[in-house]
Amino acid sequence: MSKPLKQIHLAAHFPGVNNTTVWSDPQAGSHIEFSSFAHFARTAERAKFDFLFLAEGLRLREQGGQIYDLDVVGRPDTFTVLAALAAVTDRIGLTGTINSTFNEPYEVARQFASLDHLSDGRAAWNVVTSWDAFTGENFRRGGFLPQEERYSRAREFLATANELFDSWHGDEISADPHTGAFLRDARAGAFRHKGQHFEIEGQFNVPSSPQGRPVIFQAGDSDEGREFAASDADAIFSRYSTLDEGQAFYTDVKGRLAKYGRTHDQLLILPAATFVLGDTDAQARELAHEVRRQQVSGATAIKHLEFVWNRDLSGYDPDGPLPDVDPDLGEHTIARGRAQVRMYRDPLAIAREWRERAAANNWSIRDLVIETGTRQSFIGSPATIARTIDEFVQADASDGFILVPHITPGGLDAFADTVVPLLQERGVFRTEYEGTTLRDHLGLAHPATLRAAS
Amino acid sequence: MPRAPHAPLHLAVALDGAGWHPAAWREPGARRDELFTAGYWADLVAEAERGLLDFVTIEDSLSLQSSRYAGPDGRTDQVRGRLDAVLIAARVAPLTRAIGVIPTAVLTHTEPFHLSKAIATLDYVSTGRAGIQVRVSGRADEAAHFGRRTLPGLPGQRVEDLASAAGQELLNELFDEAADYVEVLRRLWDSWEDDAEIRDAATGRFIDRDKLHYIDFEGKHFSVKGPSITPRPPQGQPVVAALAHASVPYRLIARSADVGFVTPHDADDARNIVAEIRDGQAAAGRAGETVHVLGDLVVFLDDDPAAAADRKASLDERAGAEYRSDAHVFTGTPDRLADLLQEWAEAGLTGFRLRPAALPHDLEQITRRLVPELQRRGAFRTAYEAGTLRALLGLPRPANRYAAAGEAANAAVSA
Repeated sequence: MSKPLKQIHLAAHFPGVNNTTVWSDPQAGSHIEFSSFAHFARTAERAKFDFLFLAEGLRLREQGGQIYDLDVVGRPDTFTVLAALAAVTDRIGLTGTINSTFNEPYEVARQFASLDHLSDGRAAWNVVTSWDAFTGENFRRGGFLPQEERYSRAREFLATANELFDSWHGDEISADPHTGAFLRDARAGAFRHKGQHFEIEGQFNVPSSPQGRPVIFQAGDSDEGREFAASDADAIFSRYSTLDEGQAFYTDVKGRLAKYGRTHDQLLILPAATFVLGDTDAQARELAHEVRRQQVSGATAIKHLEFVWNRDLSGYDPDGPLPDVDPDLGEHTIARGRAQVRMYRDPLAIAREWRERAAANNWSIRDLVIETGTRQSFIGSPATIARTIDEFVQADASDGFILVPHITPGGLDAFADTVVPLLQERGVFRTEYEGTTLRDHLGLAHPATLRAAS
Repeated sequence: MPRAPHAPLHLAVALDGAGWHPAAWREPGARRDELFTAGYWADLVAEAERGLLDFVTIEDSLSLQSSRYAGPDGRTDQVRGRLDAVLIAARVAPLTRAIGVIPTAVLTHTEPFHLSKAIATLDYVSTGRAGIQVRVSGRADEAAHFGRRTLPGLPGQRVEDLASAAGQELLNELFDEAADYVEVLRRLWDSWEDDAEIRDAATGRFIDRDKLHYIDFEGKHFSVKGPSITPRPPQGQPVVAALAHASVPYRLIARSADVGFVTPHDADDARNIVAEIRDGQAAAGRAGETVHVLGDLVVFLDDDPAAAADRKASLDERAGAEYRSDAHVFTGTPDRLADLLQEWAEAGLTGFRLRPAALPHDLEQITRRLVPELQRRGAFRTAYEAGTLRALLGLPRPANRYAAAGEAANAAVSA
C-alpha cells in the first residue's frame, strides 16, 4: 500500500522591506495602507491558507551612514495590523514577528494573549532575537546583549511568556451573577519567575485565550537556533532552495525532537519561497528574468556587494567585474540593520568564491547578485508549480511553504486562483478549513491537552 | 476664554469592562460572558458611533483591576482581567467609519518607540481616527511585572499619600518622564515628512531620505534615536489625551496633550480647573493651541429619575458599599444630565467624557436619549461632519516640525 499523501501547509508573507518587492511595478500598491493588508489577508483566506505572516524591523536600515532608500522603506506595527486584520477575516492564522530583545515578557504575553482572544484563536508568534546596539538606540532599555546571550535571553523570554500564558488555567472565571463571584480564584494569573534575564512576579491580567498559547515559530538556522526550534517551537522557517538541502535540514531538525519528548508532527518545517507564475513555463521564466532585473538594479547590486566587502564600492561599475580589493574585516559598519550582513560569516571566503563564479560564468557584479541572491523560488505554469510544491512536500523537504509574492498587495491573487485548485485536485491541500483556530489548521494540539498527556 | 453658551459640545464615552460600577457585571443586561471577545467591544463602539460621539476611550492597566490604589485587593466579586486596549481599538477600527478610538497605554513601563508605531498604525487602520490616552503607573506591583525598575512606593499605599512630600516627588518624576515620552511619540510621528515616499523609478529611490529625520531625543530617563519605522500617520499627529486630578498632571495636559479629562464636582470647580490648565498652557507656550478640557462623569441614566437612583442603590447593595469615584456620579434622567452638561460647559469645559455605570444600558441611554436631547437643544452634531478625529475635535492637521525646520533653514540660506 502506498504511503498516504501528506497534506501541504501554505502561508503568505506580506512582502516587506527587502528587494523581493518590485515597488516600481504599475500594479504595486501601498505597503502601509490597511486596504493592502486587508486585500492580501482576504486573498490568502479565500485560498484556505494556514496563516498570514508579517516580518518586523525596529530600525530603518542604513548603508554608508545614510538611510537605505533603494527598497521599500517603512512598515506598520505588527500587533496593530494583525488585530485589525482579525476584523476582516474569520479563519486565517495571524503570525507576527516580535523581537525578544527589545521587549519585556509581561507586555508581549498580554499582547499575544489579547490578539488570540480578539481573533478567536488565530495568533502566532515568530520569536526572533537581535543583539545590536544600532537597533537598541531606539529603545529606552537601550544597549544590547552580548551576542552569545541572545538565544539564552530568547529561550528564557519564551519560557517566561509561557508561564504567563499558563498562569490562567481556563476555569477561573465563573461570572455568576447569583453567587456574585466573578472569579473562582483570587490568585488567577499568579506567577513568579526568577532567572538569569528576568526576575518578575505578580498576576497576569489576561485570562486564558482560545489557543492557550499562541503558536510559536522560529527562524534561526544556527545549531542553537535549530535546538531552540526542536525544544520550543511549533514551526520553523528554513531557507533551503534545493530538494537535497531541504531534505537534509528536515531530517536534521526533526531528528532533534525526540530528546525533548516530542514527535515528528509537533514541529512543522516551512521554507520561505518566492514564485513567478506564467501561462507556460517558458513565459514564467521570461517574466522571472524581468522580475530579477527589477529587484536588483545596478545600484542595488553594488549595495548588496557591500554587505560582504564592508567597504564603499560606489565607484565600481555594476556591469563590470567584481572588485579586486578584499573585504574589510574590521567591525562591520558599512551596512546596518540588515539580517543579510550576518549571513556572511567568512567574507574573505565568500569574496573568493564569488570572484571565481563570476569569472567562470562571465558574470558582472549585477549578474552575480542576481544569480546568488535567488531564494527558493517556484517558476512556471500553475501545473508546474503545483507539482513541484507537492513533490517537495511528499519527499520530506518541507511540510509546506511560506509564499512571498513580489507585488503588494495583489501578488497572491493568481496563485490563489490557479495553483491552489490544482493542489486541491491532487488531494494535498484543504478545500475548506476543518477547524477555527490556527492550531486546528496546523494539526497542533491545545497546550492544555499536551500538559494533561505528559 | 469663556465659551459661547450654546456652542456644540464634544461628547465621548469611556469604556471599561462591564461598566464603571463594580457590580455592573451582575446587571440583567450585562454581557458578562463576552467581556473578552471582539464582538462585545465591536458592538459597544458601534453603539457609540450610532450616537455620533466624538470618540470612545478604552481603559487599560498592566495589572489586575483593584479597588485599592496601590496594589491588588484579592477580591473575586468584581471584574478582573482585561485585554490590551490598543489591540481592542485596532480590532474595532475597521468596523467603524467615523468615530475616534482612543485606547489607554501605560507609559511608565513601555517603550515609546513601540507605542508610537502602534498608534501611527491605529491611525492607518482607522483612516485617521486614532488617539492615545496616556497613563503613568506608580504601583509597585506593576513595576514587579516588569522587573526593570522599582518604584519607591507610598508610605501608606493610599491615594491620599500622594499629597505627602514623597508622594509629590514620585508624581513629579513619573509625570516628567511621561512628558518626555509624549515628546518622543510626537517627534517620531513627525520623523517622516508627509511626502517622503517618492517611488522614483528613474533613480531607483523609494524614499527621499532627506525627508526622514533622526529625532535624537535625550532625556533624563531614556534616549531614542529614530526615525520611526512607520511613515507619518494620516492625521500627522494622532490625538494625545490624559486624565488628571491635580496640579502635576494638569501640567502634563497643559504642555503635552490635545485633550484633558478632568473630574470637577461642580461648575465652580470646573472653572478653576480649566483656568489652571489654561495658565499652564500659556506657561508652556501653547496659549494659541486648542487643548480640549472634557469633564468626566459617571452616569446612571433612566427616563425616571427614581429608577436611576434605585439602580445605583441596588448595585451598591450587591457591591457591599456605596459606589465612590474620582469623578462626579450622576443619577437621573438624560434631560437633567443635558442641563448639567450645559451648565458646566458655560464654566469653560469644551465637552464631556461620560463613564457609563453599566454596559450596555447606560451607553444606550447616552446614545438614544441624551444625544437626541442635546441635538434638540442645538448643542450636539446631527451628523458626522468630518472623517478624522482631529477634524471632529476642531484640531488642525499639524505641520511637520522637521519639514518646517527644513524650510526655515533653506530660507535662512537663501536670505
